[in-house]
Amino acid sequence: MKTTIATRLILPAVLLAFAAAVPAAPALAAGAPKPPAQAWSFDGVFGTFDRAQVRRGLIVYRQVCAACHSLNLVAYRHLAGIDFNENEIKAIAESVEVTDGPNDQGEMFQRPGRPSDKFKAPFPNDKAARAANNGAYPPDLSLMVKARKGGADYLHAVLIGYKDAPAGVQLMDGMSYNVYFPGQQIAMGAPLNEGSVEYADGTKATVDQMAKDVAAFLAWTAEPEMEVRKRLGLKVLLFLLVLTGMLFALKRMIWSDVH
Amino acid sequence: MTTTGTAPVWKNPVVRWIDERLPLFTLMHESAVAYPAPRNLNYWWNYGSLALFVLVIMIATGVVLAMHYTPHTSMAFDSIERIMRDVNYGWLIRYVHMNGASAFFIVVYIHLFRGLYYGSYKAPRELLWIIGVVIILIMMATAFMGYVLVWGQMSFWGATVITNLFSAIPLVGDNIVAWLWGGFSVDNPTLNRFFSLHYLLPMVILGLVVLHLWALHTVKSNNPIGVDIKSPGDTIPFHPYYTIKDFFGVGVFMIGYMGFVFFAPNFFGEPDNYIVANPLVTPPHIVPEWYLLPFYAILRAITFDIWFIPAKLIGVVTMFASILILMLLPWLDLSKVRSARFRPVHRQFFWVLVIDCFVLGYVGANPPEGYFIPLGQAATAYYFLHFLVVIPLVSLFERPKAVPDSISAAVLKKA
Repeated sequence: MKTTIATRLILPAVLLAFAAAVPAAPALAAGAPKPPAQAWSFDGVFGTFDRAQVRRGLIVYRQVCAACHSLNLVAYRHLAGIDFNENEIKAIAESVEVTDGPNDQGEMFQRPGRPSDKFKAPFPNDKAARAANNGAYPPDLSLMVKARKGGADYLHAVLIGYKDAPAGVQLMDGMSYNVYFPGQQIAMGAPLNEGSVEYADGTKATVDQMAKDVAAFLAWTAEPEMEVRKRLGLKVLLFLLVLTGMLFALKRMIWSDVH
Repeated sequence: MTTTGTAPVWKNPVVRWIDERLPLFTLMHESAVAYPAPRNLNYWWNYGSLALFVLVIMIATGVVLAMHYTPHTSMAFDSIERIMRDVNYGWLIRYVHMNGASAFFIVVYIHLFRGLYYGSYKAPRELLWIIGVVIILIMMATAFMGYVLVWGQMSFWGATVITNLFSAIPLVGDNIVAWLWGGFSVDNPTLNRFFSLHYLLPMVILGLVVLHLWALHTVKSNNPIGVDIKSPGDTIPFHPYYTIKDFFGVGVFMIGYMGFVFFAPNFFGEPDNYIVANPLVTPPHIVPEWYLLPFYAILRAITFDIWFIPAKLIGVVTMFASILILMLLPWLDLSKVRSARFRPVHRQFFWVLVIDCFVLGYVGANPPEGYFIPLGQAATAYYFLHFLVVIPLVSLFERPKAVPDSISAAVLKKA
């Protein structure tokens, strides 16, 4: 039987109706501009962490961020993942005093950090962190790149996004104006200033440079497995492509007497 | 082994000894080797075996993850990060499991829509179809509970929203919610029981899959023209024809699946779930995982009370009804023709339903404000109209095209 004109029109008509009902997607509700995309060394299928950059980022974290932000999921020994050798890791770990115990006398004691220790948190607990920060809680940074839309781009954008509040914007007590932070009011004051840290490799420590470096470092802390993952992924996909190609050839061979 | 007639004769004495006492080998032979499958199955028929393949992957990776996971509110999140960082290839096992959930739903939804298109729900496959719907229902519960185990912000608040739905039950709703929680909010007892159930339910799914296959092999597979198997010439043995075709399908599927696992492992996830659960901070926008979005849209479409029945209760009932209605489909579609290939009007409405489900998913992903509310309501209304009005009416009034006499006739004509 021939399809009637009416039945041929049902689908296009419905498509049109939906197209009319769905106007352009609304702008982002919270009202923060999209963070500008940066060219990261870890982008793409072949991306790797730029060791020099990530290690500069560690310097920024230790000298600036670590004053308030913990890095609870990362141990000093994990730094081997960005090519620190055993002695360097030991030296970094020993630069902090950690509370251990109880000892045989039942007392807690201080000892230098070991590679197996997690990065020492700046505050003993959440309440202490809030008390020292005007009631705001400085979040743990270990997973920050995975925990925000936009990832490293967003982190970089927030770190360079501090501006004077435009006329008519009333900032709450102790808050700063930040273009890229949702709602534009952020409890963290601008953390980076030109020359906040000194880079051993001679890179000029501009705010933008430091923001990029620490975002790259935190991309590593969030996904320390990334390089291994992508390397293995390429091998797996290559294997699957060959295997599937052979399966397809076999399928055609076996089916040749059916078709 | 040689085959005489239908029953295989086992040459290996050990195999024969076992098979005479427990016909395991005969069972395997009949269900995976000799099973007479229609010769005209297209690639949409790959998704059933693919779903079984993903289920096995999910159970295998899940068992290993459970060895390293700690179901306690203060340790769950960190124990998963320990898997990601310190367990050998823990990141791989976890990402395979995490993306496996999405892969599972993609495969099963395609499998479901294939059944819808080709009329695989019609007699004599009603029970086969109903078991399938029950499997999807339990899959949703399993996936939801697995998502909660991560104990991130979306886990916690998703659990709070979904368990709170049961408070809509009249009179005893609040008591039921407290019973589900094991307390007065989503807390450690909730996490513990979700962990227990998340391990149990996949085994229930596995059992239902056995029933699903048993029913399938009793009534035999449907096929793209929807005509019954009439003679041996209509079929080919499952092995080697469909074993190789299914293996090839697994290869293609794995390329896509592993592409996500290795290169975009968090594509289907929400960044908020990398923040540890905090009962004091509500995320601005709580959304379930993508595979539940259409149902979430249906739930939220009901914004009005009807007489004395509160909107929330109607929403919950509507949401569950949207899945359960599928079970009635064999009796709502009165057409004698199975395949939409020969049903010009039905086929158009099938695609309208597909679009409707995507619209529902789109609405479910967005906050319930502005035009999303009427759009969600219209899409919900169409969803139910489709099954309750369109399908019965079309099946009554549509004049189907001529259906081929047999599978082999259709194959020969095409060749």
